[in-house]
Amino acid sequence: MQRRGFLAMVGAAFVAGCNKVAETKAGANLLSAAERWHMGAQRLLRDRSALAPEYPRSKISPFFRGNGSTDPQNGDYQAQAAAGFADWRLEVRGLVDNPLSLTLDNIRRLPQRTQVTRHDCVEGWSAIGEWTGPQLGTILDTAGLREDAKFVVFRCADNLNGSDYYESVDLVDAFHPQTIIAHSLNGEPLPIRNGAPLRMRIERQLGYKHAKYLTAIEAVASLDDIGRGQGGYWEDRGYQWYAGI
Amino acid sequence: MKRHSISTRIWHWINLAFVVILFMSGLTISNAHRYLYWGDWGFEAEQAWLAVPRFPDWMTIPGYYSLAVARDWHVLAAWPFALGLLFMWAAMLANRHFRRDIATHRREWRPAHIWRDIKAHLRLDFDHGPGKYNFLQKLSYGLVFGVLLPMMIVTGMAISPGMGPSFGWMIDLLGGRQSARSLHFLFAFSIAGFFIVHVALVVLSGPILQIRDMITGGRTDAA
Repeated sequence: MQRRGFLAMVGAAFVAGCNKVAETKAGANLLSAAERWHMGAQRLLRDRSALAPEYPRSKISPFFRGNGSTDPQNGDYQAQAAAGFADWRLEVRGLVDNPLSLTLDNIRRLPQRTQVTRHDCVEGWSAIGEWTGPQLGTILDTAGLREDAKFVVFRCADNLNGSDYYESVDLVDAFHPQTIIAHSLNGEPLPIRNGAPLRMRIERQLGYKHAKYLTAIEAVASLDDIGRGQGGYWEDRGYQWYAGI
Repeated sequence: MKRHSISTRIWHWINLAFVVILFMSGLTISNAHRYLYWGDWGFEAEQAWLAVPRFPDWMTIPGYYSLAVARDWHVLAAWPFALGLLFMWAAMLANRHFRRDIATHRREWRPAHIWRDIKAHLRLDFDHGPGKYNFLQKLSYGLVFGVLLPMMIVTGMAISPGMGPSFGWMIDLLGGRQSARSLHFLFAFSIAGFFIVHVALVVLSGPILQIRDMITGGRTDAA
């Protein structure tokens, strides 16, 4: 007991020291710089369009867990779901020459990509599923991205703990061949827990980047004025914007 | 010549600090999903081979549950830890510390020799044998330098989704991403086990002198 007490004291002192470092401006800067070093190193190691591993269908997990929002109750989501998402629209707006408003039928008629990929949650678990949908790059090219667009923001129908969910990626991940707007999982329309009727797949990053219940794609020059300015719902709550780590 | 070279001493203490940060922030990350799996996927208790206990706040960084803050510390400390290990390997190959003090000789692997070494340890006699380190010491330092520490880096990279495109072959070699995550955990606790035995043996073999030597370098002799 005494030894545990001593260990607890040493541990607590160490943790207190770490917390003090994190509270200083330099400490906070260092912690966020590390995220950029990882992004730089990972992008240096491989081609920017290099593919995340894809699996044979036999590796698909028997269930695809849903996390975060799994059944949104806000807005008219439940009514839309009851109507089979017949009136769902995906807006493409912001710094584009031709804003679009796409129906699910429009999206299914675009050239499609099907990929069996692994989904890694920031908590640590993984599931494997087969996703189908058009590449985000195709839609951005159709809309005509303007020169000053630096990020693509994903707007979502779900409200989590009082805030609208959103996410963002830079143009490297926006135009990556595996970045698709998925409408199907394992050959069936998306289940509600996995983001029906549309969700993003950002295959080289953690699950929270893969925005569900997608309502709009917005090209922007800066993330500063969106949400709390950190580039996503979880980023606004302290998580890393670059989620390839 | 000093008992411990300057590169060994600097690396030893810096590495200690970052291993402790990595371990304690790792415990918070473990608390975020307390199940370990084999293979590529796994997401709920019934697929797990191990349900890890929840680690209390006093053992974790930060001292309360925050996965976001723990990940910040973990991905920052990963850099000096990995670059430090690279530096230490370069230094101990260059100054022959590895060849001279850590690499074992064939005759040391004879069962009779190993048994003698174990018996000497049980008598708390650590200064036997001709070299700087006895056989069990060489074996454990060799395992830490050659397997445990580097495998933390390899399995850590295999868990990172951004490494998938360039490291897919390694993820397969480790048996899938969830296997890599399980191994990351097992190697971390092997290092914790080494740490406990290492500290216990320092305490048993004259802690003041041992710690002083690891700071100042120790006695100068003609070897």
